[in-house]
Amino acid sequence: MGIRNLVRQLHSVWMSNASPQSDSFEALAMPLFDQLYNFAHWLTKNGVDAEDLVQETYVKALKGFSSFQLGTNFRAWMYRILRNTFLTSRTGLKQTATVPIDPEDSEPIVPVDRDTPESILIDRSNQRLLEHAIEELPVHYREILLLSEVEEMSYQEISETLCIPIGTVMSRLSRARRALRSGLGVQLQKG
Amino acid sequence: MACEFWNARLDPYVDGELPVDESRDFETHLRTCLTCSGAILSRLQMKRAIQVAGKRYTPSADFRRRVQREIQAKQPQRHRHRWTLAALVLATSIVAAVTSAYVERTHRRSDSVYSEIADLHVSTLASSSPVDVVSSDRHTVKPWFQGRIPFTFNLPELESSEFSLVGGRVTYLDQAPGAQLLFQIRKHRISVFVFSEDSLRGKFPLRSGTGRTLSFNSETWSQGGLRYFVIGDASAGDILSLSGLLKSAGA
Repeated sequence: MGIRNLVRQLHSVWMSNASPQSDSFEALAMPLFDQLYNFAHWLTKNGVDAEDLVQETYVKALKGFSSFQLGTNFRAWMYRILRNTFLTSRTGLKQTATVPIDPEDSEPIVPVDRDTPESILIDRSNQRLLEHAIEELPVHYREILLLSEVEEMSYQEISETLCIPIGTVMSRLSRARRALRSGLGVQLQKG
Repeated sequence: MACEFWNARLDPYVDGELPVDESRDFETHLRTCLTCSGAILSRLQMKRAIQVAGKRYTPSADFRRRVQREIQAKQPQRHRHRWTLAALVLATSIVAAVTSAYVERTHRRSDSVYSEIADLHVSTLASSSPVDVVSSDRHTVKPWFQGRIPFTFNLPELESSEFSLVGGRVTYLDQAPGAQLLFQIRKHRISVFVFSEDSLRGKFPLRSGTGRTLSFNSETWSQGGLRYFVIGDASAGDILSLSGLLKSAGA
Protein backbone atom coordinates (compact mmCIF):
# COMPACT_ATOMS: atom_id res chain seq x y z
CA MET A 1 0.00 0.00 0.00
CA GLY A 2 1.41 3.36 -0.98
CA ILE A 3 1.80 6.25 1.41
CA ARG A 4 -0.60 8.30 -0.71
CA ASN A 5 -3.30 5.68 -0.37
CA LEU A 6 -2.74 5.55 3.35
CA VAL A 7 -2.96 9.32 3.69
CA ARG A 8 -6.06 9.36 1.50
CA GLN A 9 -7.69 6.69 3.62
CA LEU A 10 -6.86 8.46 6.88
CA HIS A 11 -8.18 11.71 5.48
CA SER A 12 -11.44 10.16 4.33
CA VAL A 13 -11.96 8.53 7.73
CA TRP A 14 -11.28 11.83 9.43
CA MET A 15 -13.58 13.77 7.16
CA SER A 16 -16.42 11.26 7.10
CA ASN A 17 -16.49 10.79 10.83
CA ALA A 18 -17.08 14.32 11.93
CA SER A 19 -17.94 17.69 10.63
CA PRO A 20 -14.88 19.79 9.93
CA GLN A 21 -16.63 22.60 11.74
CA SER A 22 -16.89 20.80 15.04
CA ASP A 23 -13.51 22.10 16.19
CA SER A 24 -14.61 25.71 15.88
CA PHE A 25 -17.87 25.54 17.83
CA GLU A 26 -16.33 26.54 21.13
CA ALA A 27 -14.35 29.33 19.46
CA LEU A 28 -17.49 30.72 17.85
CA ALA A 29 -19.98 30.14 20.65
CA MET A 30 -18.15 31.06 23.84
CA PRO A 31 -17.64 34.76 22.95
CA LEU A 32 -21.46 35.03 22.83
CA PHE A 33 -21.84 33.56 26.31
CA ASP A 34 -22.28 36.79 28.31
CA GLN A 35 -24.74 38.37 25.91
CA LEU A 36 -26.75 35.17 25.52
CA TYR A 37 -26.98 34.88 29.28
CA ASN A 38 -28.08 38.52 29.56
CA PHE A 39 -30.74 37.96 26.91
CA ALA A 40 -31.85 34.72 28.57
CA HIS A 41 -32.17 36.49 31.93
CA TRP A 42 -34.34 39.19 30.41
CA LEU A 43 -36.54 36.56 28.84
CA THR A 44 -36.89 34.30 31.85
CA LYS A 45 -36.70 37.07 34.49
CA ASN A 46 -34.94 34.54 36.67
CA GLY A 47 -31.25 33.68 37.18
CA VAL A 48 -31.72 29.93 37.62
CA ASP A 49 -34.00 29.63 34.59
CA ALA A 50 -31.58 31.75 32.59
CA GLU A 51 -28.72 29.37 33.39
CA ASP A 52 -30.83 26.37 32.41
CA LEU A 53 -31.82 28.09 29.19
CA VAL A 54 -28.27 29.03 28.24
CA GLN A 55 -26.95 25.58 29.08
CA GLU A 56 -29.66 23.89 27.03
CA THR A 57 -29.00 26.30 24.18
CA TYR A 58 -25.31 25.42 24.07
CA VAL A 59 -25.98 21.70 24.22
CA LYS A 60 -28.56 21.94 21.43
CA ALA A 61 -26.31 24.17 19.34
CA LEU A 62 -23.35 21.84 19.69
CA LYS A 63 -25.51 18.90 18.74
CA GLY A 64 -26.86 20.70 15.69
CA PHE A 65 -23.62 22.42 14.74
CA SER A 66 -22.97 20.04 11.87
CA SER A 67 -26.08 21.44 10.19
CA PHE A 68 -24.91 25.02 10.62
CA GLN A 69 -23.48 26.44 7.42
CA LEU A 70 -20.28 28.39 7.90
CA GLY A 71 -20.55 31.83 6.40
CA THR A 72 -24.13 32.32 7.58
CA ASN A 73 -24.97 34.33 10.67
CA PHE A 74 -23.82 32.30 13.67
CA ARG A 75 -24.98 34.87 16.22
CA ALA A 76 -28.49 34.92 14.79
CA TRP A 77 -28.43 31.10 14.76
CA MET A 78 -27.50 30.93 18.45
CA TYR A 79 -30.11 33.49 19.46
CA ARG A 80 -32.72 31.63 17.45
CA ILE A 81 -31.93 28.39 19.28
CA LEU A 82 -32.08 30.18 22.63
CA ARG A 83 -35.35 31.88 21.81
CA ASN A 84 -36.99 28.72 20.48
CA THR A 85 -35.81 26.83 23.53
CA PHE A 86 -37.28 29.53 25.73
CA LEU A 87 -40.61 29.61 23.92
CA THR A 88 -41.05 25.89 24.39
CA SER A 89 -39.99 25.98 28.04
CA ARG A 90 -42.42 26.14 30.91
CA THR A 91 -41.51 29.77 31.63
CA GLY A 92 -41.78 30.72 27.98
CA LEU A 93 -45.13 29.05 27.50
CA LYS A 94 -46.43 30.77 30.59
CA GLN A 95 -45.29 34.19 29.37
CA THR A 96 -46.52 33.85 25.82
CA ALA A 97 -49.86 32.33 26.81
CA THR A 98 -51.14 35.66 28.06
CA VAL A 99 -49.87 37.85 25.23
CA PRO A 100 -52.53 38.97 22.73
CA ILE A 101 -51.61 38.81 19.06
CA ASP A 102 -51.50 42.34 17.73
CA PRO A 103 -52.12 43.19 14.10
CA GLU A 104 -48.58 44.52 13.71
CA ASP A 105 -48.30 44.19 9.95
CA SER A 106 -51.65 45.70 9.13
CA GLU A 107 -51.25 48.85 11.17
CA PRO A 108 -49.15 51.80 10.05
CA ILE A 109 -46.10 52.70 12.13
CA VAL A 110 -47.22 55.54 14.38
CA PRO A 111 -44.75 58.20 15.45
CA VAL A 112 -44.36 58.92 19.15
CA ASP A 113 -45.94 61.85 20.88
CA ARG A 114 -43.84 64.85 21.61
CA ASP A 115 -44.33 64.80 25.36
CA THR A 116 -42.51 61.51 26.01
CA PRO A 117 -40.59 60.78 29.22
CA GLU A 118 -37.19 60.18 27.51
CA SER A 119 -35.68 63.33 28.98
CA ILE A 120 -36.31 61.97 32.45
CA LEU A 121 -34.13 58.96 31.60
CA ILE A 122 -31.06 61.13 31.31
CA ASP A 123 -31.04 60.92 35.06
CA ARG A 124 -29.41 57.59 35.91
CA SER A 125 -31.37 57.35 39.14
CA ASN A 126 -34.39 56.48 37.01
CA GLN A 127 -32.67 53.48 35.41
CA ARG A 128 -34.46 51.09 37.74
CA LEU A 129 -37.76 52.41 36.43
CA LEU A 130 -36.67 51.69 32.88
CA GLU A 131 -35.53 48.18 33.80
CA HIS A 132 -38.85 47.52 35.39
CA ALA A 133 -40.68 48.87 32.34
CA ILE A 134 -38.67 46.54 30.08
CA GLU A 135 -39.46 43.59 32.36
CA GLU A 136 -43.14 44.39 32.16
CA LEU A 137 -43.20 44.33 28.37
CA PRO A 138 -44.78 41.32 26.68
CA VAL A 139 -42.08 38.86 25.68
CA HIS A 140 -42.32 39.53 21.92
CA TYR A 141 -41.74 43.25 22.51
CA ARG A 142 -39.07 42.71 25.11
CA GLU A 143 -37.04 40.37 22.93
CA ILE A 144 -37.12 42.56 19.82
CA LEU A 145 -36.24 45.64 21.81
CA LEU A 146 -33.27 43.91 23.44
CA LEU A 147 -32.05 42.46 20.15
CA SER A 148 -32.16 45.89 18.56
CA GLU A 149 -30.90 48.14 21.36
CA VAL A 150 -28.73 45.90 23.51
CA GLU A 151 -27.44 43.40 20.95
CA GLU A 152 -27.43 46.09 18.27
CA MET A 153 -28.68 43.66 15.66
CA SER A 154 -29.67 44.94 12.24
CA TYR A 155 -33.23 44.46 11.02
CA GLN A 156 -31.95 41.65 8.83
CA GLU A 157 -30.35 39.86 11.79
CA ILE A 158 -33.47 40.29 13.89
CA SER A 159 -35.50 38.96 11.00
CA GLU A 160 -33.26 35.86 10.88
CA THR A 161 -33.32 35.40 14.64
CA LEU A 162 -37.05 35.73 15.10
CA CYS A 163 -37.93 34.19 11.72
CA ILE A 164 -40.16 37.09 10.74
CA PRO A 165 -40.11 39.41 7.69
CA ILE A 166 -38.18 42.68 7.92
CA GLY A 167 -41.44 44.64 7.63
CA THR A 168 -42.68 42.87 10.75
CA VAL A 169 -39.39 43.63 12.50
CA MET A 170 -39.90 47.34 11.83
CA SER A 171 -43.51 47.48 12.91
CA ARG A 172 -43.00 45.28 15.99
CA LEU A 173 -40.00 47.26 17.07
CA SER A 174 -41.93 50.48 16.71
CA ARG A 175 -44.73 49.09 18.85
CA ALA A 176 -42.30 47.77 21.39
CA ARG A 177 -40.83 51.23 21.79
CA ARG A 178 -44.25 52.74 22.11
CA ALA A 179 -45.24 50.16 24.69
CA LEU A 180 -42.08 50.87 26.64
CA ARG A 181 -42.69 54.59 26.69
CA SER A 182 -46.23 53.95 27.76
CA GLY A 183 -45.13 51.60 30.51
CA LEU A 184 -42.48 54.05 31.62
CA GLY A 185 -45.08 56.75 31.86
CA VAL A 186 -47.10 54.54 34.17
CA GLN A 187 -44.00 53.84 36.29
CA LEU A 188 -43.27 57.55 36.58
CA GLN A 189 -46.83 58.28 37.56
CA LYS A 190 -46.63 55.61 40.24
CA GLY A 191 -43.33 56.96 41.45
CA MET B 1 -40.40 67.04 2.31
CA ALA B 2 -43.06 67.29 5.02
CA CYS B 3 -42.68 65.98 8.56
CA GLU B 4 -45.39 63.39 7.88
CA PHE B 5 -43.12 61.77 5.34
CA TRP B 6 -40.23 61.50 7.82
CA ASN B 7 -42.35 60.43 10.79
CA ALA B 8 -42.41 56.85 9.53
CA ARG B 9 -38.64 56.96 9.07
CA LEU B 10 -37.61 58.15 12.52
CA ASP B 11 -36.93 54.68 13.88
CA PRO B 12 -35.08 53.36 10.81
CA TYR B 13 -32.92 56.50 10.93
CA VAL B 14 -31.87 56.09 14.56
CA ASP B 15 -31.37 52.36 13.93
CA GLY B 16 -29.06 53.14 11.01
CA GLU B 17 -31.36 51.31 8.58
CA LEU B 18 -32.30 54.19 6.33
CA PRO B 19 -30.74 54.11 2.86
CA VAL B 20 -27.79 56.50 2.49
CA ASP B 21 -29.50 58.92 0.12
CA GLU B 22 -32.62 59.07 2.31
CA SER B 23 -30.47 59.65 5.38
CA ARG B 24 -28.79 62.52 3.64
CA ASP B 25 -32.13 64.07 2.69
CA PHE B 26 -33.44 63.57 6.21
CA GLU B 27 -30.41 65.25 7.76
CA THR B 28 -31.02 68.20 5.48
CA HIS B 29 -34.61 68.30 6.74
CA LEU B 30 -33.45 68.01 10.39
CA ARG B 31 -31.41 71.20 10.08
CA THR B 32 -34.57 73.20 9.52
CA CYS B 33 -37.16 71.16 11.50
CA LEU B 34 -37.16 71.48 15.27
CA THR B 35 -40.04 69.01 15.67
CA CYS B 36 -38.23 66.17 13.88
CA SER B 37 -34.91 67.05 15.55
CA GLY B 38 -36.59 66.81 18.93
CA ALA B 39 -38.13 63.45 17.99
CA ILE B 40 -34.76 62.09 16.90
CA LEU B 41 -33.07 63.38 20.05
CA SER B 42 -35.61 61.76 22.33
CA ARG B 43 -35.29 58.47 20.43
CA LEU B 44 -31.52 58.53 20.68
CA GLN B 45 -31.78 59.23 24.41
CA MET B 46 -34.18 56.35 24.87
CA LYS B 47 -32.00 54.05 22.77
CA ARG B 48 -28.97 54.91 24.86
CA ALA B 49 -30.89 54.43 28.10
CA ILE B 50 -32.14 50.99 27.02
CA GLN B 51 -28.62 49.99 26.01
CA VAL B 52 -27.34 50.79 29.47
CA ALA B 53 -30.29 49.26 31.31
CA GLY B 54 -30.35 46.23 29.04
CA LYS B 55 -26.83 45.12 29.83
CA ARG B 56 -27.84 44.20 33.30
CA TYR B 57 -27.11 40.55 33.83
CA THR B 58 -23.75 38.85 33.89
CA PRO B 59 -23.22 35.10 34.18
CA SER B 60 -21.08 33.85 37.04
CA ALA B 61 -17.59 32.61 36.25
CA ASP B 62 -18.54 29.25 37.71
CA PHE B 63 -21.49 28.88 35.33
CA ARG B 64 -19.34 29.84 32.36
CA ARG B 65 -16.74 27.23 33.34
CA ARG B 66 -19.46 24.61 33.74
CA VAL B 67 -20.86 25.16 30.26
CA GLN B 68 -17.41 25.38 28.72
CA ARG B 69 -16.40 22.10 30.36
CA GLU B 70 -19.59 20.49 29.06
CA ILE B 71 -18.83 21.62 25.53
CA GLN B 72 -15.22 20.50 25.75
CA ALA B 73 -16.30 17.16 27.20
CA LYS B 74 -18.59 16.60 24.25
CA GLN B 75 -16.16 17.77 21.58
CA PRO B 76 -13.07 15.73 22.58
CA GLN B 77 -15.18 12.59 22.54
CA ARG B 78 -15.61 13.15 18.85
CA HIS B 79 -11.92 13.86 18.56
CA ARG B 80 -11.05 10.70 20.44
CA HIS B 81 -13.46 8.74 18.29
CA ARG B 82 -11.89 10.13 15.20
CA TRP B 83 -8.40 9.52 16.54
CA THR B 84 -9.35 5.97 17.45
CA LEU B 85 -10.64 5.30 13.96
CA ALA B 86 -7.69 7.00 12.36
CA ALA B 87 -5.32 5.02 14.60
CA LEU B 88 -7.18 1.84 13.71
CA VAL B 89 -6.86 2.54 10.01
CA LEU B 90 -3.22 3.46 10.47
CA ALA B 91 -2.50 0.31 12.47
CA THR B 92 -4.40 -1.87 10.00
CA SER B 93 -2.60 -0.26 7.12
CA ILE B 94 0.79 -0.76 8.77
CA VAL B 95 0.00 -4.38 9.57
CA ALA B 96 -1.26 -4.91 6.02
CA ALA B 97 1.78 -3.20 4.57
CA VAL B 98 4.20 -5.18 6.75
CA THR B 99 2.38 -8.45 6.09
CA SER B 100 2.23 -7.71 2.41
CA ALA B 101 5.93 -6.84 2.35
CA TYR B 102 6.77 -9.97 4.35
CA VAL B 103 4.68 -12.22 2.11
CA GLU B 104 6.11 -10.57 -0.97
CA ARG B 105 9.64 -10.94 0.38
CA THR B 106 8.97 -14.54 1.37
CA HIS B 107 7.63 -15.28 -2.08
CA ARG B 108 10.57 -13.56 -3.67
CA ARG B 109 13.04 -15.51 -1.53
CA SER B 110 11.10 -18.71 -2.02
CA ASP B 111 11.09 -18.12 -5.77
CA SER B 112 14.77 -17.32 -5.68
CA VAL B 113 15.76 -20.70 -4.19
CA TYR B 114 13.87 -22.58 -6.90
CA SER B 115 15.44 -20.37 -9.53
CA GLU B 116 18.85 -21.10 -8.09
CA ILE B 117 18.16 -24.83 -7.97
CA ALA B 118 16.96 -24.71 -11.57
CA ASP B 119 20.13 -22.79 -12.52
CA LEU B 120 22.29 -25.40 -10.84
CA HIS B 121 20.43 -28.15 -12.65
CA VAL B 122 20.73 -26.44 -16.04
CA SER B 123 24.38 -25.57 -15.60
CA THR B 124 25.07 -29.18 -14.65
CA LEU B 125 23.39 -30.46 -17.80
CA ALA B 126 25.24 -27.90 -19.90
CA SER B 127 28.59 -28.92 -18.47
CA SER B 128 30.87 -31.26 -20.37
CA SER B 129 31.50 -33.11 -17.11
CA PRO B 130 28.21 -32.83 -15.25
CA VAL B 131 29.24 -35.10 -12.40
CA ASP B 132 32.47 -35.63 -10.54
CA VAL B 133 31.71 -39.17 -9.56
CA VAL B 134 30.44 -41.18 -12.47
CA SER B 135 28.73 -44.30 -11.34
CA SER B 136 25.38 -45.95 -11.38
CA ASP B 137 26.23 -47.74 -8.18
CA ARG B 138 24.84 -46.06 -5.14
CA HIS B 139 27.49 -47.74 -3.03
CA THR B 140 30.12 -45.90 -5.02
CA VAL B 141 28.45 -42.56 -5.22
CA LYS B 142 27.42 -42.22 -1.58
CA PRO B 143 30.91 -42.85 -0.12
CA TRP B 144 32.40 -40.41 -2.60
CA PHE B 145 30.75 -37.58 -0.66
CA GLN B 146 32.40 -38.54 2.61
CA GLY B 147 34.62 -35.68 3.76
CA ARG B 148 33.26 -33.42 0.98
CA ILE B 149 30.00 -32.46 2.61
CA PRO B 150 29.19 -32.18 6.34
CA PHE B 151 26.38 -34.76 6.31
CA THR B 152 25.50 -38.10 4.83
CA PHE B 153 22.40 -39.44 3.09
CA ASN B 154 20.96 -42.66 1.73
CA LEU B 155 20.37 -43.49 -1.91
CA PRO B 156 17.52 -45.74 -3.03
CA GLU B 157 17.74 -49.10 -4.68
CA LEU B 158 16.84 -48.45 -8.33
CA GLU B 159 16.99 -51.91 -9.83
CA SER B 160 13.26 -52.39 -9.96
CA SER B 161 12.60 -48.84 -11.28
CA GLU B 162 13.01 -46.99 -14.54
CA PHE B 163 15.48 -44.60 -12.91
CA SER B 164 19.19 -44.90 -13.14
CA LEU B 165 21.91 -43.08 -11.25
CA VAL B 166 24.33 -41.12 -13.42
CA GLY B 167 26.65 -39.83 -10.72
CA GLY B 168 27.13 -36.97 -8.33
CA ARG B 169 29.00 -33.77 -7.48
CA VAL B 170 29.39 -31.31 -4.69
CA THR B 171 27.39 -28.18 -5.11
CA TYR B 172 26.65 -25.02 -3.18
CA LEU B 173 23.46 -23.18 -2.51
CA ASP B 174 23.95 -19.77 -1.00
CA GLN B 175 27.34 -20.89 0.30
CA ALA B 176 25.85 -24.01 1.88
CA PRO B 177 27.58 -27.20 0.65
CA GLY B 178 25.41 -30.04 -0.58
CA ALA B 179 25.22 -33.08 -2.79
CA GLN B 180 23.90 -33.03 -6.31
CA LEU B 181 22.91 -36.39 -7.71
CA LEU B 182 22.03 -36.90 -11.32
CA PHE B 183 19.40 -39.48 -12.26
CA GLN B 184 18.05 -40.46 -15.60
CA ILE B 185 14.69 -41.73 -16.69
CA ARG B 186 14.35 -42.47 -20.37
CA LYS B 187 15.93 -39.42 -22.01
CA HIS B 188 15.24 -37.09 -19.10
CA ARG B 189 17.79 -36.15 -16.52
CA ILE B 190 16.76 -35.27 -13.03
CA SER B 191 18.87 -33.53 -10.42
CA VAL B 192 18.50 -34.32 -6.76
CA PHE B 193 20.00 -31.79 -4.37
CA VAL B 194 20.56 -32.63 -0.75
CA PHE B 195 21.49 -29.97 1.82
CA SER B 196 21.64 -29.82 5.55
CA GLU B 197 18.40 -28.16 6.67
CA ASP B 198 20.34 -26.16 9.25
CA SER B 199 22.57 -24.64 6.61
CA LEU B 200 19.57 -23.26 4.73
CA ARG B 201 17.52 -22.18 7.72
CA GLY B 202 16.83 -18.46 7.70
CA LYS B 203 18.11 -18.11 4.16
CA PHE B 204 15.13 -19.46 2.30
CA PRO B 205 11.54 -19.95 3.40
CA LEU B 206 10.93 -23.51 2.31
CA ARG B 207 7.81 -25.54 2.38
CA SER B 208 7.52 -29.06 1.20
CA GLY B 209 5.57 -29.64 -2.00
CA THR B 210 5.63 -29.89 -5.71
CA GLY B 211 6.01 -27.03 -8.12
CA ARG B 212 7.02 -25.79 -11.50
CA THR B 213 10.00 -23.56 -12.08
CA LEU B 214 11.01 -22.41 -15.55
CA SER B 215 8.98 -25.32 -16.95
CA PHE B 216 10.85 -27.79 -14.75
CA ASN B 217 8.87 -29.97 -12.41
CA SER B 218 10.17 -30.00 -8.90
CA GLU B 219 9.60 -31.46 -5.49
CA THR B 220 11.09 -30.53 -2.15
CA TRP B 221 10.83 -31.89 1.35
CA SER B 222 12.65 -32.10 4.60
CA GLN B 223 13.60 -35.42 6.09
CA GLY B 224 16.05 -36.40 8.80
CA GLY B 225 17.49 -32.90 9.05
CA LEU B 226 18.12 -32.81 5.32
CA ARG B 227 16.46 -30.73 2.65
CA TYR B 228 15.84 -32.48 -0.66
CA PHE B 229 15.14 -30.82 -3.98
CA VAL B 230 14.21 -32.90 -7.02
CA ILE B 231 14.08 -31.04 -10.32
CA GLY B 232 14.00 -31.97 -13.98
CA ASP B 233 12.14 -31.77 -17.25
CA ALA B 234 10.60 -35.21 -16.65
CA SER B 235 6.91 -35.45 -15.95
CA ALA B 236 5.55 -34.49 -12.57
CA GLY B 237 4.73 -38.16 -12.06
CA ASP B 238 8.36 -39.19 -12.64
CA ILE B 239 9.54 -36.48 -10.27
CA LEU B 240 7.14 -37.73 -7.64
CA SER B 241 8.17 -41.36 -8.19
CA LEU B 242 11.85 -40.55 -7.73
CA SER B 243 10.98 -38.44 -4.70
CA GLY B 244 9.11 -41.41 -3.28
CA LEU B 245 12.13 -43.66 -3.75
CA LEU B 246 14.41 -41.17 -2.07
CA LYS B 247 12.02 -40.73 0.83
CA SER B 248 11.85 -44.46 1.31
CA ALA B 249 15.64 -44.67 1.34
CA GLY B 250 15.93 -41.83 3.79
CA ALA B 251 13.36 -43.16 6.21
